[in-house]
Amino acid sequence: MQEEIFVSGRDIPNIDPSLEIWHWPIGLYLFLGGLAAGIILFASIVVILNKEDEYPTTVKYASIIPPIALVIGLIALIYDLKNPLYSWQLYTTIRIESPMSWGAWVLLIVTPLSFLWVFSYFSELFPTWDLKFEWLKKFEQFVKKNRKNMAYLLVPLSIILGVYTGILLSAFNARPLWNNAILGPLFLTSGLSTGAAAIILLAKTAQERHLFGKVDLALIIIELGLIIHMLMGMYAGSEVQLEAMRLLVGGEFTVLFFGFVVILGLIIPGILEALEIKGYKVPVAIPALLVLIGGLIFRFVMVEAGQITRYLY
Amino acid sequence: MRYAMVIDTLKCVGCSDCVVACQTENDVPVGYCRDWITETVDGSYPNVVLELKSERCNHCENAPCVRCCPTGASHIIDGGIVLVTPNECIGCGACIESCPYDARYSHPEGGYVDKCTFCNHRLEKGQLPACVSVCPTNCMYFGDLDNPNSKVSRLLKNRKYKTLAPEAGTKPQVYYLI
Amino acid sequence: MFPKKLLDMVTSRRKFIKISALGFCGAVASSSVISAFGGNSILNELVAENIAKKLKKTATYCEVCFWKCAAWAHSDEQGNIKKIIGNDIDPHCNGRLCPRGTGGIGMYSDEDRLKTPLIRTTIDGEQTFREASWDEALDLIASKFKQVKDTHGAESIALLKHGSPGKHLEHLFKAYGSDTIAEPAYAQCRGPRETGFALTYGSWVGSPEPTDIRDTKCLVLIGSHIGENMHNTQVQEMSDAIDNGATIITVDPRFSTAASKSQHWLAIKPATDIALMLAWMNVLIEEELYDKEYVDKYCTGFNQLRDHVLNFTPEWAYGITTIKPAEIRKTARAMANAAPSVIIHPGRHVTWYGDDSQRARAMAILNALLGSWGRRGGFYFKESLKVPKFPHPKYPEPKWGWQDIGKKFPLAQMGITTEVMKCAIPTEENHEKYPVKAMMIAGTNITKSIPNKKLLEDAIENLEFIVVLDTMPMDVTGYADIVLPECTYLERYDDIRSSPNREPSIAVRIPAVKPKYDSKPGWWVAKQIGERLGLSEYFKFDDYEEVIEWQLNKLGTSLEEMKKIGVKQFPRKSGSLYLEEGKTHEFATESGKIELYSNQLKSLGFDPIPVFTKHPEPPQGFYRLNYGRAPMHTFSRTANNPNLNDLMNENKLWVNPKVARILDLKTGQKVWLRNQDKVTSTFPIKVRITERIRWDSVYMVHGFGHDNKKLTKAFGKGINDTQMITKVAVDPIMGGTGMRGNFVEILTENPHKTVTI
Repeated sequence: MQEEIFVSGRDIPNIDPSLEIWHWPIGLYLFLGGLAAGIILFASIVVILNKEDEYPTTVKYASIIPPIALVIGLIALIYDLKNPLYSWQLYTTIRIESPMSWGAWVLLIVTPLSFLWVFSYFSELFPTWDLKFEWLKKFEQFVKKNRKNMAYLLVPLSIILGVYTGILLSAFNARPLWNNAILGPLFLTSGLSTGAAAIILLAKTAQERHLFGKVDLALIIIELGLIIHMLMGMYAGSEVQLEAMRLLVGGEFTVLFFGFVVILGLIIPGILEALEIKGYKVPVAIPALLVLIGGLIFRFVMVEAGQITRYLY
Repeated sequence: MRYAMVIDTLKCVGCSDCVVACQTENDVPVGYCRDWITETVDGSYPNVVLELKSERCNHCENAPCVRCCPTGASHIIDGGIVLVTPNECIGCGACIESCPYDARYSHPEGGYVDKCTFCNHRLEKGQLPACVSVCPTNCMYFGDLDNPNSKVSRLLKNRKYKTLAPEAGTKPQVYYLI
Repeated sequence: MFPKKLLDMVTSRRKFIKISALGFCGAVASSSVISAFGGNSILNELVAENIAKKLKKTATYCEVCFWKCAAWAHSDEQGNIKKIIGNDIDPHCNGRLCPRGTGGIGMYSDEDRLKTPLIRTTIDGEQTFREASWDEALDLIASKFKQVKDTHGAESIALLKHGSPGKHLEHLFKAYGSDTIAEPAYAQCRGPRETGFALTYGSWVGSPEPTDIRDTKCLVLIGSHIGENMHNTQVQEMSDAIDNGATIITVDPRFSTAASKSQHWLAIKPATDIALMLAWMNVLIEEELYDKEYVDKYCTGFNQLRDHVLNFTPEWAYGITTIKPAEIRKTARAMANAAPSVIIHPGRHVTWYGDDSQRARAMAILNALLGSWGRRGGFYFKESLKVPKFPHPKYPEPKWGWQDIGKKFPLAQMGITTEVMKCAIPTEENHEKYPVKAMMIAGTNITKSIPNKKLLEDAIENLEFIVVLDTMPMDVTGYADIVLPECTYLERYDDIRSSPNREPSIAVRIPAVKPKYDSKPGWWVAKQIGERLGLSEYFKFDDYEEVIEWQLNKLGTSLEEMKKIGVKQFPRKSGSLYLEEGKTHEFATESGKIELYSNQLKSLGFDPIPVFTKHPEPPQGFYRLNYGRAPMHTFSRTANNPNLNDLMNENKLWVNPKVARILDLKTGQKVWLRNQDKVTSTFPIKVRITERIRWDSVYMVHGFGHDNKKLTKAFGKGINDTQMITKVAVDPIMGGTGMRGNFVEILTENPHKTVTI
């Protein structure tokens, strides 16, 4: 029999549980970041393709979500910092090797841009409200004129944001569950999928719903492929990666992962969306909400389970 | 200058003096620790092998904690010691997640991330790290690997050794004689 | 006012009081509030500042265990003790304390410490303690002692003690006319080996053991687990021996840490060590490997020994010990190869099976055959310095004392705690002649240091008056009528440490900080009681500082110097460290030689040469309860120490995987134990499934399972092994209480159904 134990020091309540240093706010933050990235990317593409009038929900109504999501996400992030009074230290340096660092910088640029985006639609979104100051009106005109420029800027930035939510985790060599190259694209795909779902939820026309239904379906299929890819990679990997995989397959996170993420969060909404596109009458809110909830649980599962997986002990 | 710690598992009895000494030397709060002892038992009675060892931050040459730190609070100083500057640390926890040895913890009072410093404040005064200086079995050695005549260099030259989780690719600077 | 209160105390049956049940808790610690809020404002820079701060160094010697390493207590301007570091020139530690010494600050900082004197009282029919002033408590003690002396004589007041406070109280007791003194360190611990070695060499082993481990070529440990047993220089020297390539042979049914460092681990069947040693003697003599010259010159009784072990072949021993004959021969030859630089280690806690003095004799004889006593790498001739006694009048001659109480054990050389306890029980034969009526207990938690709880409780029930002096609310305080809070070793002066070593040395203990709370040093307590008993002449000093200053001056040094150096070495005066070639040596035995055959034992009706006797084995479904030590704890006294509790906060039940399979146990599962006498453990213990233990035994570290809620960190953690030890095999030679013959079954269901834990 092999036995490995802590004689002293580590096996005390304050140390090992607090190694799980990241709690639910980080999962929420990653989810909201992905959601915002998805909506921003779709809105930017629609603007670049000059289809704003055909897809008003995407560019206008759904675009109210990203600034709110990013602010809540940032609050969640700072809430989980142990030394939040020093958060400004993030912006005294750029550290290329640290995903956390460039994530902070991307957020610093994307968040105000997402506000400006909404502001550029101010008069259309809130026609009854009157901007009190002349300079505000001028400013609205200015951002409106530059909306397309913003869109060009936001396409790469939103992709970086979406990928970042995955790379933040996958850069950790020490956590076998996270440490794989699939996690970046997977989180990007999942973020885009939740973005599409949010648009479907708010869409007023069948055309917009159907387009994003198709987009979401494609994304769900890619995401399922990536998840299989990730698990296969772990299955073929070292002992620690196998152990990591076992957490998701036949371990304590299996029900959450397969039940809520894969089946309820991907397969069922995928089928429902396919049916809807085929013309069956499906209340679209259901698949959209399932995708959103699935995406959120996915982040929680990955953050929690990843921290359990270790190289040693 | 390349500081390294060499620990002789053939002598360590796992008494944990290093853990307490670190706690009192570095004001580590009760309930926390910067170093710890592990025990591995292999075989079946009466053919059993036992290994006891004192573990801590490995002051990796290729330190993932330093790379992932968004503010530069985690950094490497001369001699290869990995340190955290408390008032640059925002407590994001990235370094804790990045460490394959789980050698870092969040300080309950300051909120910053804390860990073994190789007792840098003692090294500056020409003293050995507290853990090394108290070890009743003398199983811990500390010195400069760039100096071929240092005790640590000679031990690594003449004895079989291992490092922890070499597959993580971190190039640890704490070596275990086996 | 006292008599009425006393009457109240004596007439009511003495119930065990958990100090948590304090009548009115005036002392609800505000400290927890401080730690909850005070800390948060501290920011990062403080850490660096703290470290850089100049710390005051005070000379002390450790009292966490009784190896007594000299150290420097480092304290800051606010009077907080920050760290304790070994004294570089101290031969007990060479500048390196063990974890307990380093963690000694926890003894000082423990917030559960006794804070004020407590007096047993009854409130609403409930027995409880109330806080009292020192004057009230001391007056009460004095009046009660006087009362006992008037009716029964001072001899009826007994003292059970351990460590430094014991010394001061011993002086008080002897001054008052009582020599009814005992300590568990003898009959529950080292006694048999002292008797066994004294019978053979005319000299105790003593502490520190004069084992020349650092220069040995072969170290033989029989049930001794150096490394887990953290006697500092022993551990240090064993490490040196490993570096020097010494052969280590460990005889232990458990795969101890020492066993893991050994070339030869003999996984012996428990309780058969003497058979193995007889076989070793057989091989050494049969193969003529013994040191003939040494035996001829220094030993007597060799022929009888040779005839005695003739039939005890390795093949004979194999059937008893389960150790293969080839392995027995190989290890015997390894010892002979290394001789005389070989040590058959006498062990330390050796009260196992009741024939323990004989086992110690066997060890002593083996050492003699190998010629290791008085040889480099074997045993050196220790030397200590005699510290002059501070002048006081002659002690009165007591009519009886510990010697009379232990008379039926002819070779008992110190008081036997269990025999002293028995004298308190009217149905015991000794009670009439030696009635013990009152007791003072200092520095020892007898519920965990003395087996047979029923005997203890019977005695306690019958005692008229019990005073406990301790730093912590140990279980034993629950039986006291008066509890006195002693300050820790870091806050007081104590006697000069003068222990036997290679070179004689002395060390001093200077208070590093003022006593916390309303605690007082042991010497002060002794003096205060003494003065109240009219013994002022015996305490002619205001502060103990004066006593050691006087003694140090007599020794040719000064307090001032000792405060600076902490430890002072003196040159040897007794001659060489080892036997010298061409010189004769007289041993302090009857014959002046090493007695392989003991006429003294023979004349007392005991075996003159050790024989193997079979001991009971665990019946079906039971496992032998083995217990031992962990390097980070000293008995039960450190379980609540915040720093050491951090390292290990409970003991675990070691169980072999085979046993775990049979009983379907899982690592970490909580189980209860019930012994052969149907005594069930109060608390559960977590299972550790490990290959390090035999399938017929279980093992746990001694000193856990504290029953006093006031020990907030230690309460209810693990099992108190002593609770499970109700069957005691008494050594007829010296009264040692053999404790390794208890068998337990493992209960997976909570046997205390009505109790919620």
